Amino acid sequence: MPQLEIATFAPQIVWLFITFLAMYFLMAKVALPRIAQVLDERQTRIDDNLEKAAALKAEAEAAAAAYESSLAQARSKAQEEVKAVLDAANAEQAKRQDELSAKLNKELDAAEARIAQAKDKALANIKEVAGDVAKATVDKLSGVSVDDAAVQAAVAKAMEQN
Amino acid sequence: MSNNPLQQFQINTIVPIDLGGINASITNSAVAMVATVAVVSIFLIMGMGSRKLVPGRWQSMAELSYSFVADMVRDNVGNEGRKYFPAVFSLFMFILFGNLLGLLPYSFTFTSHIAITFTLAMIVFIGVTLIGIARHGLHFFSLFVPSGVPAFIYPILVPIEVISYLSRPVSLSIRLFANMTAGHTMMKVFAGFIIPLGFIGGWAPFAVDVALTGFEFLVAFLQAYVFAVLTCLYLNDSIHLH
Repeated sequence: MPQLEIATFAPQIVWLFITFLAMYFLMAKVALPRIAQVLDERQTRIDDNLEKAAALKAEAEAAAAAYESSLAQARSKAQEEVKAVLDAANAEQAKRQDELSAKLNKELDAAEARIAQAKDKALANIKEVAGDVAKATVDKLSGVSVDDAAVQAAVAKAMEQN
Repeated sequence: MSNNPLQQFQINTIVPIDLGGINASITNSAVAMVATVAVVSIFLIMGMGSRKLVPGRWQSMAELSYSFVADMVRDNVGNEGRKYFPAVFSLFMFILFGNLLGLLPYSFTFTSHIAITFTLAMIVFIGVTLIGIARHGLHFFSLFVPSGVPAFIYPILVPIEVISYLSRPVSLSIRLFANMTAGHTMMKVFAGFIIPLGFIGGWAPFAVDVALTGFEFLVAFLQAYVFAVLTCLYLNDSIHLH
């Protein structure tokens, strides 16, 4: 087995030390620092971008909150205005209704007074007409001429009994 | 290529070098290790060349391997492990690409040699032991004294703990070496049957080799991962002592 030939050990081990030391220094001083630098740069870049993204997100959220609050403000203001207009309209309507009903009541009272007056007048006329009719009836039936005052008194007495 | 399935593990000297009595020759193993370091470096450094914020294919592969090992270290060792991340990363990529490049036909798999895997395991073993002693001083050796155990069992338990601690580099190195050697040997054995069995019978071992190739990719990754995870666990023991 060639692996067990002691004579070949020395050159192998000598060259192992030479090449492995070269490997170690190439890795430790050249290759690994380069890779580490690139990885670090990428990591800082990613962290930076993440921070930026977080800041932008916070900004966007603040803007959304401001929008929401202004929207709510506008909505409540609009509601207040609508309510004010509605109240004013209601008050106006109530006032007009009151005025109208007052006017109507007044007219109703006046009309009732007129009706009562007309009724009184009519009743007074009825007495006169009834007297005249009674006098004419007596005159025609019995040929007796009755005194006006007596007829009137009789009519008034009859009407009062009714 | 010989029909011997172990031929692929042969160390061949390409340029003989003698360094003060030590044989430091450039071998096919050394070439494979240099190629691994070159491929990993090109992959990671060129891949990160444009340093784009949004990565392309190569860049995201490089970043993925970084985060994969970084997560592994963080999960297993915690924040104190950051200091040792480059070492664990180098270990993981070295073994992973050594295994993967070894799957190329005619290439050499240096992780299939016990000399390499045991040296790597010893680097980890000595490293984590020194880190533990540097952090905790003599208190580090309380690692061998399990807590919540009656004192009269200590004479039995402490030797067991010491032996299990000392066997860490052995199991670490043999696991990687054995997996790579066995996988590559098996592929060669089945490959050796393809031509002798002829056009009719040769398809069966060929199909097995296709399946084994896919399986070997899994093993290549898994063994590198296991080596790196165990390194993290040993590191965690040294830093946190249980």
